[in-house]
Amino acid sequence: MKRRRFLHLAWVAGTLSVFAFIPMVFAISDAFKENIYNTGTLKPIDSVLKVKVGDRAPDFTLPSLSGEKISLSQYRGKRNVVLSFVPAAWTPVCSDQWPGYNIVKDLFDQNDAILLGITVDNLPTLYAWTHQMGKLWFPVLSDFWPHGAVAKKYGVLRSDGVSERALFVIDKKGILRYINVNDINKRPSLEDLVNALEKLQT
Amino acid sequence: MKRRLLSLALLAFFLLTVGSFIHAANKPPQKGGTLPAMSLPIPKSPAEKNYLGLSGEGSFKIPQIKAKVVIIEIFSMYCPHCQKDAPGVNELYSLIENDPDLKNKIKIIGIGTGNSAFEVGVFKKNYAVPFPLFPDPDFTIHKASGEVRTPYFIVVNINKDGSHLIVHSQLGEYPGAKPFLELVLKSSGLK
Repeated sequence: MKRRRFLHLAWVAGTLSVFAFIPMVFAISDAFKENIYNTGTLKPIDSVLKVKVGDRAPDFTLPSLSGEKISLSQYRGKRNVVLSFVPAAWTPVCSDQWPGYNIVKDLFDQNDAILLGITVDNLPTLYAWTHQMGKLWFPVLSDFWPHGAVAKKYGVLRSDGVSERALFVIDKKGILRYINVNDINKRPSLEDLVNALEKLQT
Repeated sequence: MKRRLLSLALLAFFLLTVGSFIHAANKPPQKGGTLPAMSLPIPKSPAEKNYLGLSGEGSFKIPQIKAKVVIIEIFSMYCPHCQKDAPGVNELYSLIENDPDLKNKIKIIGIGTGNSAFEVGVFKKNYAVPFPLFPDPDFTIHKASGEVRTPYFIVVNINKDGSHLIVHSQLGEYPGAKPFLELVLKSSGLK
């Protein structure tokens, strides 16, 4: 009887374990053809935030694709800022996230916000990758060297050297008003981001 | 006995789930086949309801659309090629709607894979998409459709008895409204 129960339990456990290996589903745009590296399903979050809502956002200066260096502080008193950290170029979810933001410039404009896209990739990689997305209206910054220093400052650098999929909304006073460290395997809700931007006006 | 029944039920569930997954992973909807099982919500907008020839509330299946041919675009708001092709697909809609011979025979719908209702709404507004778009926020339809890359076009013939047949499918490579309409007319037998 005990043996039967054990076999039964083993069978159920075996069945359920299969589900753990069913990979996540990503919609991949044909724009990237076969060039997207499948990372598989990753640990949803692999870092500890070093900032919280209400804190002053740590300043930084990073090189951008346009050649110009961009500092967070240059927007102080002028624009709200959204930082979009994505883990890495040429990976499934990241490759779709920014093209979506690329068609909602009006939603950022309506809330007097600029978007800064950041990854830990170097500029040549970012150039080739974002070239597949069409012309982006927002600056793309490279947090490559010292590797992931800005991601680390915010507490979104993962143990394997890529960043989390994280969104930070910073108001004109330089204060963090919204933080979303998303499950790395999923695209963050656009609606939540827009709601956070709209709240800045109140 | 109960345990045996439970085991059988679990086994059936497992085989169906994994089996359908493997099926989905290997077989995007293709010419000569049928659509995977999918239900879509009946649009709330009277204009869209009217366009599709649907009434009431709840859900519907694609062969219930009142048309001889349905063109399905599996797209994503986040997909650059879907964005680029959007004006051309809108033009396809106009070509059909402005042709009295085709107007009630061919209908177009879009399914926004991995897109919420909000995101589908953003795409619809940004590109002034005149035909109905449906969200697929949990990738349910995408999974059932072999996890195709986007945009993916499917042309389906709807028969009078309610059955249907896929007569054409293609990944990307949208050739523009006129050539695509020609392709639809030929593959569906309307021409």
